[in-house]
Amino acid sequence: MSLFHVLGFGVKIGHLFWMLCCWFVSWFVDNGIEDKSGLLVGSVGDLEKTKMTTLKKKNKMWFWNKISSSGLKIPSFSYQFLGSVKFNKAWWRKLVVVWVVFWVLVSIWTFWYFSSQAMEKRKETLASMCDERARMLQDQFNVSMNHVQAMSILISTFHHGKIPSAIDQRTFSEYTDRTSFERPLTSGVAYAMRVLHSEREEFERQQGWTIRKMYSLEQNPVHKDDYDLEALEPSPVQEEYAPVIFAQDTVSHVVSLDMLSGKEDRENVLRARSSGKGVLTAPFPLIKTNRLGVILTFAVYKRDLPSNATPKERIEATNGYLGGVFDIESLVENLLQQLASKQTILVNVYDITNHSQPISMYGTNVSADGLERVSPLIFGDPLRKHEMRCRFKQKPPWPVLSMVTSFGILVIALLVAHIIHATVSRIHKVEEDCDKMKQLKKKAEAADVAKSQFLATVSHEIRTPMNGVLGMLHMLMDTELDVTQQDYVRTAQASGKALVSLINEVLDQAKIESGKLELEEVRFDLRGILDDVLSLFSSKSQQKGVELAVYISDRVPDMLIGDPGRFRQILTNLMGNSIKFTEKGHIFVTVHLVDELFESIDGETASSPESTLSGLPVADRQRSWENFKAFSSNGHRSFEPSPPDINLIVSVEDTGVGIPVEAQSRIFTPFMQVGPSISRTHGGTGIGLSISKCLVGLMKGEIGFSSTPKVGSTFTFTAVFSNGMQPAERKNDNNQPIFSEFRGMKAVVVDHRPARAKVSWYHFQRLGIRVEVVPRVEQALHYLKIGTTTVNMILIEQEIWNREADDFIKKLQKDPLFLSPKLILLANSVESSISEALCTGIDPPIVIVKPLRASMLAATLQRGLGIGIREPPQHKGPPALILRNLLLGRKILIVDDNNVNLRVAAGALKKYGADVVCAESGIKAISLLKPPHEFDACFMDIQMPEMDGFEATRRIRDMEEEMNKRIKNGEALIVENGNKTSWHLPVLAMTADVIQATHEECLKCGMDGYVSKPFEAEQLYREVSRFFNSPSDTES
Amino acid sequence: MDALIAQLQRQFRDYTISLYQQGFLDDQFTELKKLQDDGSPDFVSEVLSLFFEDCVKLISNMARALDTTGTVDFSQVGASVHQLKGSSSSVGAKRVKTLCVSFKECCEAKNYEGCVRCLQQVDIEYKALKTKLQDMFNLEKQIIQAGGIVPQVDIN
Repeated sequence: MSLFHVLGFGVKIGHLFWMLCCWFVSWFVDNGIEDKSGLLVGSVGDLEKTKMTTLKKKNKMWFWNKISSSGLKIPSFSYQFLGSVKFNKAWWRKLVVVWVVFWVLVSIWTFWYFSSQAMEKRKETLASMCDERARMLQDQFNVSMNHVQAMSILISTFHHGKIPSAIDQRTFSEYTDRTSFERPLTSGVAYAMRVLHSEREEFERQQGWTIRKMYSLEQNPVHKDDYDLEALEPSPVQEEYAPVIFAQDTVSHVVSLDMLSGKEDRENVLRARSSGKGVLTAPFPLIKTNRLGVILTFAVYKRDLPSNATPKERIEATNGYLGGVFDIESLVENLLQQLASKQTILVNVYDITNHSQPISMYGTNVSADGLERVSPLIFGDPLRKHEMRCRFKQKPPWPVLSMVTSFGILVIALLVAHIIHATVSRIHKVEEDCDKMKQLKKKAEAADVAKSQFLATVSHEIRTPMNGVLGMLHMLMDTELDVTQQDYVRTAQASGKALVSLINEVLDQAKIESGKLELEEVRFDLRGILDDVLSLFSSKSQQKGVELAVYISDRVPDMLIGDPGRFRQILTNLMGNSIKFTEKGHIFVTVHLVDELFESIDGETASSPESTLSGLPVADRQRSWENFKAFSSNGHRSFEPSPPDINLIVSVEDTGVGIPVEAQSRIFTPFMQVGPSISRTHGGTGIGLSISKCLVGLMKGEIGFSSTPKVGSTFTFTAVFSNGMQPAERKNDNNQPIFSEFRGMKAVVVDHRPARAKVSWYHFQRLGIRVEVVPRVEQALHYLKIGTTTVNMILIEQEIWNREADDFIKKLQKDPLFLSPKLILLANSVESSISEALCTGIDPPIVIVKPLRASMLAATLQRGLGIGIREPPQHKGPPALILRNLLLGRKILIVDDNNVNLRVAAGALKKYGADVVCAESGIKAISLLKPPHEFDACFMDIQMPEMDGFEATRRIRDMEEEMNKRIKNGEALIVENGNKTSWHLPVLAMTADVIQATHEECLKCGMDGYVSKPFEAEQLYREVSRFFNSPSDTES
Repeated sequence: MDALIAQLQRQFRDYTISLYQQGFLDDQFTELKKLQDDGSPDFVSEVLSLFFEDCVKLISNMARALDTTGTVDFSQVGASVHQLKGSSSSVGAKRVKTLCVSFKECCEAKNYEGCVRCLQQVDIEYKALKTKLQDMFNLEKQIIQAGGIVPQVDIN
C-alpha cells in the first residue's frame, strides 16, 4: 500500500516537472529548429523557405502534442501505462539528461551572476575610497598652494615693497616655521631673487656670498650623504641668476644656490614667471634628503599685474621666485594615516605628464593584479597631470554565497532528476514484473487446461466401459426377476450410475474451481436419495458387519427443491469415507432441520456409549459444527433463514479409525490424504472431501468435522434448500401410496438402544406402520397382553434375539394368543442371521438385513406377511410392456436424413405399436407438422443437412405459437379431434451424442427431451412417459 | 432330417457368434433382429439392403470427393462419413462404425492420406460384412427350407 502511495506521489511530482520540462524543451526545440532552418534557408528560395517554415511548425506542433499528451497520460498511469511507457522510457531518459544539463547551466549562471555582483560592489567601494583619498590630497595640496601664494604676496609686500627690507633670512625662517601647519604638504619654502648679471657683483657683495651653481659637473646630485655645500662651485656667468636668499630651516641648505642652474628648477621658474601661476616640477629626488619631491614655484612681481598681462610683461615685472617643496611620499603617508581603513587599500600616486612614462610619486610598485581604480588629481598646474591609483591589499574573498546558492540549486535539480529517474525505473520494473506475472499466469492457465483435458480424457475412457456394464444391467432388468433380484440389479445399476455420475462430477471439479458450476433447482425426495445412497453401501456394510442407518427428522419436508445430484454426491463422499475406515460399529446418518437442533441442543446430554447406535463410543457430534458461522459462539443462530428456505443439517457419524490430529487441518485440501499408506490400503484420490466442501459452499452451507483417533469421526454439514411441498399436499402426503397396504398396521420394536430403536421406528412409520418401542422382551409380551389393538409384528434386534431367543420362543409358545404377530428379526449381516435356526415350534422369523430402507423393507414385509403379493401392476412391469401401452396407436413422426436410421427407428417404434410416419428432412417435417395435424409426438434427428433438428424445431414452435395465438383470438377453428386449446407437440431429439451441452441446446430451442440413438427402451420410456398418460392409467 | 436341421442350427449359431466375436456385429444387430416379427417378416433384410445401398452411394460420393485434384472438400466427406456412421450404428455394423469414427477424425483433421486409407478400409469392411451376412441369411434360408426354426442366438 505504502509503496503505491509513494509511487503515486512520485508520479504527481513527476507530472509537475514533466510539464515544466515540456515547456522548456518545446522552447528549446522551437528555437533550435528556427536557428537551423534559418541557416538552411539562407541558401534556398522563398518557396522553400515557406515550406520549411510550415514543416518546422508541424514538427513543433507534433512534438508539443506528443509531449503534452504523454504528459497528460501520467495521472492515469496505473491503469494504462503498460503500452505507452515503453515509448516514454526513452523519452524519460533524454529528458532527465536535458533536465540535468539545464539546471547545471542555471547553477553556473547563478554563480557567475552572484560573483559579478560582488565584484561590482567591490569596485564601487574601491572607487569611492580612492576618490575620497584623491579629493583629500587635492584639497590639502590646494590649501598649501594657496598659502605659498599668499607668502609670495607677503614677500613682494615686505621684502620688495619696503626699503630697507622688512624681512631677512631669520625673520623668514621663523615665520615660515611658525606657519608651516598652514601648509601641511610642504616640507619647506624658499625664496630666490631675480638677479641680472649686471647686478651680480653688487648682490654678492651685499649678501656676503657668491651665487653658486646647483650641481657640480662631476657630482651626482642624487648623493645625499656626502652632500657638501662648500663643494659646490660658484655659478658661471649667466644672463641672469635666481639665488635663494630666504629659506625655511628645513631647506636652509639651498640658500645661495642659483635656481636657474638646476634643470628642473629653471624650467619651473621660467614657466612660473611667464604664467603668473603656481607651477609644479616633475617629481625628482630632492637635494640632500634625496627623497622624491615636487617643487611648487610662484613668481613674485614688482607690481600687481593685471590678469591679462602678457608673458613678456610678467618677465619684466618679475622680482623673485617663491618655491615650496612638497615631499609627496611622506606627506601622502601622513595624509593616509588620518583616514580609516588604510589597511585595506594600496595607494599609488603617479605623475602622468608624460603618458608613456608615468613617474611614481608614492607607493610601492606591486604588480598590478585585479581591481584598480584610477582617480585624477588636479594640483592647479595645467601642464602637470597627476593621478592616484588604488588597489585592494587583500585578494577578493571566496564567493561563498554564490557558490552555496548555485550548489544548492544543482543539488535540488539532481535530486528531482533522481526522483524522476527512480520513478520511471520503478514503473518500468513494475511493468516488467507485471509482464512476468502475466506470462506465469498464462503458463498456469495452460497447465490448468492440460489438467482438465487429462481429466476429461481419463474419465471419458472410464465412462465407456461403464456404459457397457450399465447396458448389461439394463438388459438383465428386462428379464424375469423376482423382487430380491430386482433389488440387487437395481442396486447394481444405481451403483454404476453413481459411479458414472461421480466421474462426471470429478470433471466438475474443474468447474467448481473456476466457479462455473451451477446448482440445479429440481424437486426431489430427500428420503429417496438417502435410501439410494444407503443401498449403494449396503453390501459393503453387510460384508463388514457394520451397521448402517439413516434417520430423517419428521420435520424435514418430503420434497425439497435443490440439486439432488450434488447432495447425493456429498453424502456419497462422506459415507464412502466412513465405510472405508470403519471396521466395526456403525455409520449413522441423521438429517435434521437446523432449528430443530437448536431446540434439542440444551436437552442433549453428553453422549454416553450406550446411547449410540451400536453401543460404541463416538466422536462428539457437537464439536463438528461448533465452528460454523451460522452458529454464533454462544450456540445460537446468528441469522434467521427466510421462511421458504429449509436449512438442513446432516451428520455422518462413524466408529472408524478416526483422523489423526496432525492430518485434521488439511482434510479438505484436494488430493490430500491422511498419509501415503492410506491410499494403498483404502484407495481413493482424496478429492472427495474437497469437492464436498465446495458443493456445500454452493448450497450456502458449511462443513465441519470432529474426530477422535481410534474412536471415530463425525462429519456434519448444513445446506439450504427450498421447500418443495405445496402447502395443500403437506398434510396428506405423509404416506406414500405405494406402501398403502401397510397402513394401519401396528408393530412392536424390541430394542434397548434408543438411537437404534428410533431408526427402526422411523423406517416403519414411513410405511405407515405404527410402532411401539420397548426396551426388553418381557415388556413386549406384556404389551401384547394388555394391548387393546392387535399387533401385527414384533421386531427384534438381532442382539437381543441372540441373547433371549430361547426364552422368548418358549414364552410365545406358552400362550397361543401370541402367535398372531409375525416375528421379524433385524440383522446386520446375512450370515449371522441364518446361523441360528431354533425355530422349532413356530414359523421361522422373517429376517430383514440392515440397512433398513423403505423399498427393501416393504418388499420383505410383503413377502413375509404374505400381503400385497399380487401381480405387479401393469405399469410396474418391464419397460417394454409399458412402452407398448404408452405408444399403442400413437401417431409419431420420425425425422432423419439417414434412411437406415429412419428405418430402424421406425421399426422400433412400430414394435411398440405406434403408428409411424417418416420424413427425410427437416423441411418435410415442417410441412407435415403444420397445425392442425394429428401427430402425437415427433422424434427429430439433430444433425441433418439443409436444416438441422434445432432449426426445424424452432420453426415448428413458431408455427404452433402463431396457431395458438389465432385460437386464442378465435380466428382458427378448433379441430374436432383435438379438443386442445393450444398446440404443443412433444419433440424429442434423437442423437448419438449425449453430451450435456447438446441436451441443454435441445431444451433451448424448444425440444422437450432427447433420446439416444439407437433407442434404449428405458430411456425411451422415461422420456415418452412424460408426455403420454398411460392408457392403463386412464382406464383404471 | 432332424439331424440336418440340428447341424444347420448349430452351424448358424456358431457362425453368428463368430460374427459377434470378430467384431463385425454388435448388440444393435440383436436389437434389430428383435424388431422383426410377424408384422414385418423381412424387416432385417430390408434394413440391411437399405444400409448396403447407402454404403455404395456414400462410398462412391466420398471417393469422388477425395479423387478431385486440388482442394478436397472435407466437410462434404465428413457429412457422408457422418451418415455412414449413423447407418452403421443403427444396424450394428460394428467394424464399419469404428472405422467411421476414425475416418471422421481424419476428416476433421483434414488428413488427406488418412481419409483415403479409411475410405479403402471402409470399402473392404462393408463388402466383407455383406458377404458374411449373405452367408448368414443363406444359412437361415436353409434352415427354414429344411423346416426348422431359426434359433435365437444368445451372444453372451
